[in-house]
Amino acid sequence: MRKGRCVMNTETEKTEAIVIDGLTKKYGDFTAVDHLDLRIHKGEVFGLLGPNGAGKTTTTLMLLGLTEPTEGRATINGIDCVRESIRVKSAVGYLPDNVGFYGSMTGRENLRFMGKINGLSGEELEQRIDELLQRVNMVDAADKKTSTYSRGMRQRLGIADVLMKDPQIIIMDEPTLGIDPEGVRELMLLIRDLAESDGRTILLSSHQLYQVQKVCDRMGIFVHGRMVACGSLEELGRQINSEGKSTTELSVYPDNIGLQKIFKEMDGINSIEHSSDMYVLRTEYDLRMKLSRELTEKGYTIMHMRQASSDLDEIYRTYFEKEAV
Amino acid sequence: MRSGTLKVLFEKETADFIRSRRMGLFLILISLITISGFYAATAGIAEALDSQTINNDFLFLKLFTAGANSIPSYTALMALMGPFIGIFMGFDAINSERSEGTLNRLISQPIYRDNIIISKFLAGLFMISIFVFSSGLLIGAVGLLKTGLVPSSEEVARLLCYLLLCTVYIGFWLATAILCSTVCRHAATSALSCIALWLLCAIFISLVAGILADALYPVSGNDLQSAMNQLGNITLKTGINRLSPYYLFGEAAGILMNPAARTINAVSMTQLVGAISGNLSLGQSLLLVWPHLTAMLAFVALCFGTSYVSFMRQEVRSR
Repeated sequence: MRKGRCVMNTETEKTEAIVIDGLTKKYGDFTAVDHLDLRIHKGEVFGLLGPNGAGKTTTTLMLLGLTEPTEGRATINGIDCVRESIRVKSAVGYLPDNVGFYGSMTGRENLRFMGKINGLSGEELEQRIDELLQRVNMVDAADKKTSTYSRGMRQRLGIADVLMKDPQIIIMDEPTLGIDPEGVRELMLLIRDLAESDGRTILLSSHQLYQVQKVCDRMGIFVHGRMVACGSLEELGRQINSEGKSTTELSVYPDNIGLQKIFKEMDGINSIEHSSDMYVLRTEYDLRMKLSRELTEKGYTIMHMRQASSDLDEIYRTYFEKEAV
Repeated sequence: MRSGTLKVLFEKETADFIRSRRMGLFLILISLITISGFYAATAGIAEALDSQTINNDFLFLKLFTAGANSIPSYTALMALMGPFIGIFMGFDAINSERSEGTLNRLISQPIYRDNIIISKFLAGLFMISIFVFSSGLLIGAVGLLKTGLVPSSEEVARLLCYLLLCTVYIGFWLATAILCSTVCRHAATSALSCIALWLLCAIFISLVAGILADALYPVSGNDLQSAMNQLGNITLKTGINRLSPYYLFGEAAGILMNPAARTINAVSMTQLVGAISGNLSLGQSLLLVWPHLTAMLAFVALCFGTSYVSFMRQEVRSR
């Protein structure tokens, strides 16, 4: 797979909600986003994963037309993100990370203001506010000032706020940041529901992999402004295995210099990490059989041996390390 | 759509002003200006009438311009304290939205970005005009009841012109404050730079003007040269002073509120020979202050234009 590409050729234009072609953003010499190509289908939950500073927020800002790309083009529902940013903004709901509200106004008033900006009024406006407050489970706190809200409440009100304009596409920037596990679970259910019941397309960026992997249909891993891998969880796992990388966790008694010598002499070990009583061996292929035979022969006892599974964390680390080299 | 969102934003900004804690501060400030100005006027007019030092023309306007021995007049107070109203209104206009995280939520809505800053400026200007006109008309009304002075239509017209000038003057400070709030990331930095600018305009420019004028056109000697330097000295001094909106406003207010004032620049004796002393009509006074008004409007446009451009170019990330 070519780096920086995440395109499925089988899909036709009609089912694509977000189309990004060669999108690039440079700040002086620094390239925040480097020739990004991406297709996101309608009704899909797409996770943009990557460490801090990978260019996720810059990408979302360019999609909303809030930042002009240096190069390349992005369209949402066929609307150009730079030239027709007003039309894009009425089709796309954006939930920034650490969303803020006017603290002197209540939650309901904040929503009312947003609704009015989006051209709603009268009965329709009030009805939608009530509906959305119910949906995000904020009815009780709706008439309190938002300055008293907790972070989780702000995030939920933020989702109601995004839904005020009934967007077809929702972009969320780090939605799970700083929310307790129960809150994250509820949030993920809500996001899933937005995609499945309402058929909305959702693009969410995050660096918290475990929380996001459950809810995303597809994911793109984003490092240093480039998309290094893209696909569903299984696809990403397969990509790694096909490259023949394997990681083995190992705990051996006694832990002495002779042991480290064995590791060094063995073929196929790329790197050895040693933390307290645990070794992490990154190997070219699965070495478990060979390791156990060799170690037993030399009189060592294997206390623990496990091949790290191809979970997202592993995938992420592999790509991240590969990129850093 | 466009005017619709502007209206929504304008309503929200105005409501914000009215509901904010700052409103109390505004009310205290404006009532201090009003009360002390009125007190100064009643005391001052009585004193002056007793000692026959002022003529009895346009006595109603003296309600605004007369000061008692230690208390400054309403116009002087307005020139000095008015800027604070503008500064307090605008110094955190943009950067507080940014630090609260509401700005990026706002600009991701389908509205033109300039509507945000325009609505803030218009709402501020609207509040300022309410403050200024209610304060000015209050003095007029109470003055009418207390002193029994009945204003002529020209006096009323002059008063309204003066209040309009006040609004433009405070509007300048609002525009300056909005500019600072766009450029400075923190509200405190922005407030301090506004106050620094106010100090510069109110105090330092006149000091610098005096020093420069005396250096270039010395008038301290007793010789012929220093006598000849007089005109240059005064012209340069007022020229530099007029860079400050504070001075411009003071001068223009003086002309508008005092029909007997016939000139703003230095005039020689020869020019005065044969002039019949009398009051200027409103039209003539307006003609005298027209450049001042234009200059102040230009200052407003400059400040607001700069903040507009810098706001439009800014990239808004999360806080």
